[in-house]
Amino acid sequence: MSNNFVDIQNMSFYRGDRAIYKNISLQIPKGKITAVMGPSGTGKTTLLRLIGGQLMPDGGKILLDQQNVPDLSRSQLYEARKKIGMLFQSGALFTDISVFDNVAFPLREHTDFSEAIIRDIVLMKLQSVGLRGAAALMPAELSGGMARRAALARAIALDPQLVMFDEPFAGQDPISMGVVVELIQRLNQSVGMTSVLVSHDVEESLSIADYAYILSGGAVVAQGTPEEIRHSEDKRVKQFLGGLPDGPVPFHFDANDYQLDMNMSKERG
Amino acid sequence: MKSKQLELMVGLFVVLGFAALAYLAIQVSGLSGASSKDVYQIQARFDDIGGLTERAKVSIAGVTVGEVDSIVLDKELYMALVTFNIYSDVQNIPTDSSFAILTNGLLGEKYVGVSIGAEEEYLEQGGEIYDTQSALVLENLISQFLFESTQGD
Amino acid sequence: MKPIQAAGVRALNTIGAFGQAGLFLIQVMLHRPKSLSGAMGLLMKQIYSVGVLSLVIILVSGLFIGMVLGLQGYTILAKFGSEQAVGQLLALTLLRELGPVVTALLFAGRACSALTAEIGLMKATEQLSSLEMMGVDPYRRIIAPRFIAGLICLPILCVIFSAVGILGGEFVAVTWLQIHGGSFWSLMQQSVYFSTDVVNGIIKAFCFAIATTWIAVFQGYQCEPTSEGIGKATTRTVVLGSLSILALDFILTAAMIGDF
Repeated sequence: MSNNFVDIQNMSFYRGDRAIYKNISLQIPKGKITAVMGPSGTGKTTLLRLIGGQLMPDGGKILLDQQNVPDLSRSQLYEARKKIGMLFQSGALFTDISVFDNVAFPLREHTDFSEAIIRDIVLMKLQSVGLRGAAALMPAELSGGMARRAALARAIALDPQLVMFDEPFAGQDPISMGVVVELIQRLNQSVGMTSVLVSHDVEESLSIADYAYILSGGAVVAQGTPEEIRHSEDKRVKQFLGGLPDGPVPFHFDANDYQLDMNMSKERG
Repeated sequence: MKSKQLELMVGLFVVLGFAALAYLAIQVSGLSGASSKDVYQIQARFDDIGGLTERAKVSIAGVTVGEVDSIVLDKELYMALVTFNIYSDVQNIPTDSSFAILTNGLLGEKYVGVSIGAEEEYLEQGGEIYDTQSALVLENLISQFLFESTQGD
Repeated sequence: MKPIQAAGVRALNTIGAFGQAGLFLIQVMLHRPKSLSGAMGLLMKQIYSVGVLSLVIILVSGLFIGMVLGLQGYTILAKFGSEQAVGQLLALTLLRELGPVVTALLFAGRACSALTAEIGLMKATEQLSSLEMMGVDPYRRIIAPRFIAGLICLPILCVIFSAVGILGGEFVAVTWLQIHGGSFWSLMQQSVYFSTDVVNGIIKAFCFAIATTWIAVFQGYQCEPTSEGIGKATTRTVVLGSLSILALDFILTAAMIGDF
């Protein structure tokens, strides 16, 4: 038995001709909180979609609980996904049903629980994200941060073995940020849930993660416990943690030489 | 509550659909097409059927007693072989009756009119009528008229 | 050489799109519902939004089209002194052609465009993705109920449209223009056959339903998840849907007249 819930081996993924990942290897240990950080545009969300089997890698293996995701048939894939909860960046609540029904949705789809039990579970989950009072509201009536917390309640409704958080801290005020951080930790400690955290909020991520990866340019540039990351001597890591615009990690999207572009437009003008 | 209301609306919708269908069946088409009336078949040969079509009516004294089932060419006699479905409750058509292809009004549809004969035997399933009268073809009529008027000179 | 190459690429893309759409349809139809009662609930909701909500536009346009037909038919037939035949004209036009075609065109504009936009927006807001990640197949949960609701609703709407149209025509011809009601109905009943005219109309409506709803759900599912992409997909649904209705109508009419 391996200790890793997700084990990515030499995986590559291309979007068109652009390599998002080149031969990347990454492990997500069981029962731990793993943070994956990196500048925007490094394909952090793509990584979660690859694990969930929504995108197929162009090479390598993605082992999810010992199963290689790209090899699964459609029905096996849907079966495997029941072990996963995912919090989307936008929340992705179903807009045509209330917050309560949103959280109840996975329960109604995948279990035979009676309505009374479902009601109890849903209210419990909503209570834990501080939205029990908003159960009857429609998603359109929630603010962005509240919608994200409601989505979080939905992602954990089935108590999945693995929860993937896509930018859980974005758009939260300091209080609810603290609540979310605490919630992730508590879930991790009480039921031993494996968590993957994709974020560029360095401080919050490092404060709760057991292990962290920093991605850049389609490769892992640093990994280790939060302590090791903080004390890393790698220039790229330092630049990322310190939030410096100039350094080995390019801030600009690939482009022609700036000076050249400007001169060309002058010549045309 | 809410889903009950939804079901009610959908139910009304479906009922409305069936009501409309029933209306089309009974009031509009008089359910004349798929007449499951018992019929027996008889045949007749015509020199010229004009514009007679399948499902045209057969009538005695203006009352519909059957319809044309099929029209084929009799290859030996070069005549039109017409098969009729006659309603079973009309049992007493004498064997020497005459079938004529007539027109309903000046531009109306073609139908088959039956003139009752005097024979005591009646037509049965598979029977044949020998006394037939072809459709009037306007062109033939005109040419006949012209021919006669030139002869008169 | 360039334009020929571009035309070739276009043709290949078009054929590819047909293949995708076909596979999509097969996959949608192959999905059996998990539980019958759950599937019925989903279907109910979709029949409501696709069918019941389209009822008003169908009723109103059916009524007016019937009335216009009654009026036009009357003025033309009166010249030949056979205005009684207006009932026959009304019923045959509505049952054979206008009923199915106009209903389907209105349906494509009213219901199918909404389907495409709804599914497209679900895709853009990651609702479809989140369904997939929850282990719920969007084909079964989202696409199939909408597709089947379309197949059920359009024939029903078509029958209602024809019935209301005939009522509207009767109002104009009999109540307003004082045609003799008895001959209006009897001439209509003589010329309309249930097994061909009425049933063929329903068959047509069903075929149109397959085409338009298929296009609608496919365009929604395949659309680019941006506001522009959804707009384009909705337009394509209405344009392709309407064109396929008219083309199919010709093919079906030819086939049906063939076995008259």
